[in-house]
Amino acid sequence: MPESLLRCTGVDIEVGDVTVALSLELDIQAGQCWCLLGCNGIGKTTLLHTLAGLRVPAAGRIDLNGTPFKQLKRRHIARQLGVLFQNSEDSFPASVFETVLQGRHPHLHSWQWETDKDREIASGALTRLDLGALKNRNVQTLSGGERQRVAIATLLAQQTRLLFLDEPTNHLDLRHSLDILDMLRAECRDKGKAVLIVLHDINLAARFADHILLLLGDGEARSGSKQEILDTALLERLYGCRLIELETHTGTAWVPE
Amino acid sequence: MHRVRIIPLLSVLTVAALLGAWFSLETGSVSLSIRDAIQQPGSLNAQIFWELRFPRTATAFVTGALLGIAGTLMQVLLRNPLADPYILGVSGGASVGALLAILAGASTLVLQSSAFGGALLSTLLVFSLAHGQGNWDSTRLLLTGVVLAAGWGAIISLLLATSPGIQVQGMLFWLMGDLSAAQTPRVGSIVLVLLAALAFMLSTSLNLLSGGEMRAAALGVESGKLRVTIYLLASLAAATAVTQAGNIGFIGLIAPHMLRLAGARDHRVLIPGVVLLGGTLLLVADGLSRLVIEPRQLPVGVLTALLGVPLFLLLLYRSRGTYRA
Repeated sequence: MPESLLRCTGVDIEVGDVTVALSLELDIQAGQCWCLLGCNGIGKTTLLHTLAGLRVPAAGRIDLNGTPFKQLKRRHIARQLGVLFQNSEDSFPASVFETVLQGRHPHLHSWQWETDKDREIASGALTRLDLGALKNRNVQTLSGGERQRVAIATLLAQQTRLLFLDEPTNHLDLRHSLDILDMLRAECRDKGKAVLIVLHDINLAARFADHILLLLGDGEARSGSKQEILDTALLERLYGCRLIELETHTGTAWVPE
Repeated sequence: MHRVRIIPLLSVLTVAALLGAWFSLETGSVSLSIRDAIQQPGSLNAQIFWELRFPRTATAFVTGALLGIAGTLMQVLLRNPLADPYILGVSGGASVGALLAILAGASTLVLQSSAFGGALLSTLLVFSLAHGQGNWDSTRLLLTGVVLAAGWGAIISLLLATSPGIQVQGMLFWLMGDLSAAQTPRVGSIVLVLLAALAFMLSTSLNLLSGGEMRAAALGVESGKLRVTIYLLASLAAATAVTQAGNIGFIGLIAPHMLRLAGARDHRVLIPGVVLLGGTLLLVADGLSRLVIEPRQLPVGVLTALLGVPLFLLLLYRSRGTYRA
């Protein structure tokens, strides 16, 4: 029996006049890599925030490991679910290492200082994101891509079983994008974690994910395995443009006509 | 970028605070030896020391420390390193309260209560207006505060323009920040200790909140509750400070700023640091305000602004690249 980490039952999500989802049913299980696709402004970020318990849905219930969000404290949620946001704010100076170390916050008591173990975990996350050399740099002086990697390293240092990432490949070059997606997939398969990421590139999604959630507008959503959902006709409807399907030795790819 | 160690930094600041206190106790129109004053109770020097110098020094330290805490908290709340405790109209409300009391010829106690009431009224107004429907973001809060502060400014001008000449002098002194009528800050000290302890307990959450409300929530901080708490603590600190000593600007802006530039970015270091540094800065400024045009005294708020403006501009100029606008 697969282990359900996050389950939505009859969830309605609204933001302003936009209906993002109606009676959404979703079950994210350990070991699954989910990808969320949809047009600009359709509500992907709102959906992600709602699934992370940062927004309250208009109706329905969302359970984290079988317990509704309403009954959980933020610290408890943050030990199990980490979020990468689309844009980071750095109003105050902070070093890269200090920023990544903040990922350990949910695991510490409010009066407790970080231990050597926390520092080790943060250093490990820095190394995995290829940031070792930038350890002492001020985050305000980093490039967009470097900041994005710092944010991802912070998420890894949080050591949660569920990872939600809003456009993690933003600002990243192709090599770093692939490295990060491969790393996330390895986390899922080897450590029984689950990942949900928002992407705009269908081909990266096809390469990375095993499950897809599509937001089609007006609350209509489709979810299922990659094979079920990544269908040329459905993708053309999703983005409102004609696509050509190409068979390559790594799988199907889509390019605009 | 370098990081400061907590013990050396706080040791240096403690020594600075002690030197500042000594300077403040020694300075005045009568030169007196602190040792004599303590050893000879009942002498004139002892009377000057215990009734004038000590209350003034203690008030200066407590007020400066409160302003430092208020500034640090407001900067996290507005997520802007250039925010000031008075920016949300707290001082404006307090000033109107105080001026009305002066106009009515009320006693010091009534004046202080009235100033405190004005500060809290202003706080509540900003709080309820900015809250409006649902979310209050930093920009909305800042705008509401700034507009309200402008409104208080207009009322202050109106009061000054229509008051009899004798009272205008006292009003102006109050508006410019004045420690000459200071009494031993019993309530202020208690408020300071409580606020410093609470702020210190919240410091890891403050670290996270500096990086954005959503991000802090995702890392386990109850952001909404924390913001309300910070706002109330900062307002209480600013209101207490303004009640004790009138309008004193720049300490709340400069103290946390100097510490951050020195590498104290963690609030677990910043909060105790700002108590010591804010207090020290006001001790020194108040001492100087009695020295500069001896035997007359300057309102200390004038001095903090005269020293604070160039210092702040210098810090900002030298830290290009560290702070983005």
